[in-house]
Amino acid sequence: MSTQTEYLAGPAGPRDAAKAATRGRLRLGDPIFRVIATICGLIVAVSMFGLTAVLIVDSWPAITGVGAKMLTTVAWEPSQGQYGALAALVGTALSTIVAMVIAVPLALVIALLLVELVHPTVGRVVGTAIEMLAAIPSIIFGMVGLFVVVPWLQATVVPWLLNTPLGKVPGIKPGPSFAGGGLSVLTAGIVLAFMVLPFITAVSRDVLRMVPQVTKEAGYGMGSTTWEVLRKISLRYANSGIVGAIFIGLGRALGETMAVAFIIGSVYNVLPHSLLDPGTTIASLIANTFSEATSKLDVAALIELGLILFLITLAFQVLAQIWLRRVQRTTGGRA
Amino acid sequence: MTTTVAQAGNTGQMRRRPVAGRKLVDRLVKVSSWIAAWFGIFVMGFLVYEVIKRGIVAINWDFFTQPTPQDATMTSGGGMANAIVGTLVITLCAALMAIPTGFLGGVYLAEFGRNGRVATMVRMVANVIMGVPSIVVGVFAFGIIVKPVQHYSGFAGSVALAFIMLPVMARTTEDILNLVPNELRESGLAMGAPRWKVTLGVICRAARGGLITGATLAIVRVAGETAPLLFTALSSPYWMTGLFGPGGFFGGPVANLTKTMFDFSGSPYSYWVQLAWGGALVIIVAVLGMNILVRLLFQRGKEW
Repeated sequence: MSTQTEYLAGPAGPRDAAKAATRGRLRLGDPIFRVIATICGLIVAVSMFGLTAVLIVDSWPAITGVGAKMLTTVAWEPSQGQYGALAALVGTALSTIVAMVIAVPLALVIALLLVELVHPTVGRVVGTAIEMLAAIPSIIFGMVGLFVVVPWLQATVVPWLLNTPLGKVPGIKPGPSFAGGGLSVLTAGIVLAFMVLPFITAVSRDVLRMVPQVTKEAGYGMGSTTWEVLRKISLRYANSGIVGAIFIGLGRALGETMAVAFIIGSVYNVLPHSLLDPGTTIASLIANTFSEATSKLDVAALIELGLILFLITLAFQVLAQIWLRRVQRTTGGRA
Repeated sequence: MTTTVAQAGNTGQMRRRPVAGRKLVDRLVKVSSWIAAWFGIFVMGFLVYEVIKRGIVAINWDFFTQPTPQDATMTSGGGMANAIVGTLVITLCAALMAIPTGFLGGVYLAEFGRNGRVATMVRMVANVIMGVPSIVVGVFAFGIIVKPVQHYSGFAGSVALAFIMLPVMARTTEDILNLVPNELRESGLAMGAPRWKVTLGVICRAARGGLITGATLAIVRVAGETAPLLFTALSSPYWMTGLFGPGGFFGGPVANLTKTMFDFSGSPYSYWVQLAWGGALVIIVAVLGMNILVRLLFQRGKEW
């Protein structure tokens, strides 16, 4: 730091200072800084390949020992040497679908409201509140789900639902593992929906905000109603960004652990026949059974589950990227 | 609507679209979006209300000074002090590993790598890691630390949390540095200052509000994580005893708030459940409090 004061206040003129700068240790400062920063950047990249490598190596005994049976058999009974993850895969898919069906429309509608319909100040306050709700840890969603949502569904909603004609519809009609409907795939999906809602809302709101005012005004000038402008101009303009927001929410719902582990019922060996049946997801299966893993194969099988979950989320991200590229090409390069 | 022009050509006049129907649809959409928004906000408010209502009864002096109860028959006394300390230590250690590295990684992306091949790849990988489920990160930390040394440790938990923070910190730093006007960079360099001095002394100083906000939010985010700690830091009913040895940070399981909450809220003892809600309240207050605090302190930092 002394050099700085030297050439700011010292007796030497600016030209001498510049000379001193090129001559002295300052010349070394830049390459060193650049190398350190580059290394740190590469650490980010390398950590990801480290993760993939560790997951593959540590799950190798299970990949070779259990093989494809992990993806094709239902029951997870390590004590009997059965490592079937089909129930977990189905549970993951069902709970995610339920979550997205609830969260996406709700999030879009809230985002539209925040951007188009309310006073900007109200929009900002509510928007900030939603951003902060995204910061609430998932274990708290899990606890509220277990102690508040589960008893309510079990005592009130499910008995009522089963008395209506809907209760006979396949997919809602209780299956063999039905346990009252409180701890169920449906409950997990509902809680997941409210977990991912803030993420989808926040991103959609930012995307909708980027729609140029002039374009919207052109719509209004043609005599469109607010809804017509939203549907035919704003949503079209913002569609790739909204798909991105949905994929972010989807990725979170797929891999969410704590909220689901509490409330999905943790049934590892029966496929859920309906949304009211208990089940499990890959993430909650890992979370709930890791401490019980005794043999090396048990641990390797659980790590393989981690690898499978990782690959699924990766696949969705790649899919999202490809989708975004295609949309950008067809709509002329808008992000 | 897009066919009106063609139809107009055929019939000589525009297709009539009754205004009443369109206005009705418009009104319906507006009403339903208000209802949906209020419903969403109500659910979120309800969540916070439940946590406060159930957690407040557990909060007392003992909660912050006594270790977790080991005896299931206890109905008073005992607290979460060891778990709170453990969470703070684990999070702090994670921050020490991830914040400087992530910051410099972000500097690389914004100042050196820019749109080069390597930087594009780093950026892409960082985005991918941010989407990796936190339980997978926990499995990774188990594989890379717990498995080789054959015992759980608080440090393994820190590594898992650091892994989550690293890409967040790098991308946030990059985004914030990119918002600093290029003129500032150029004038610094025109003064004859070396690149590193311009970056750290001019650009980062200009963006410091945003950088501090980003780092704080990254720390707060991982402080509430549970899944990465399940099989790394595990949990413990005891105080952490120094760094090494079976009770130490590097040597064995370390009590932490979230894993203890997970265990306690799944237990059949109502007093333990009550303590878990106390933990939930502490976390919610800390998370929301820090969020509000940095927003208030560094509102200006958000512009850049």
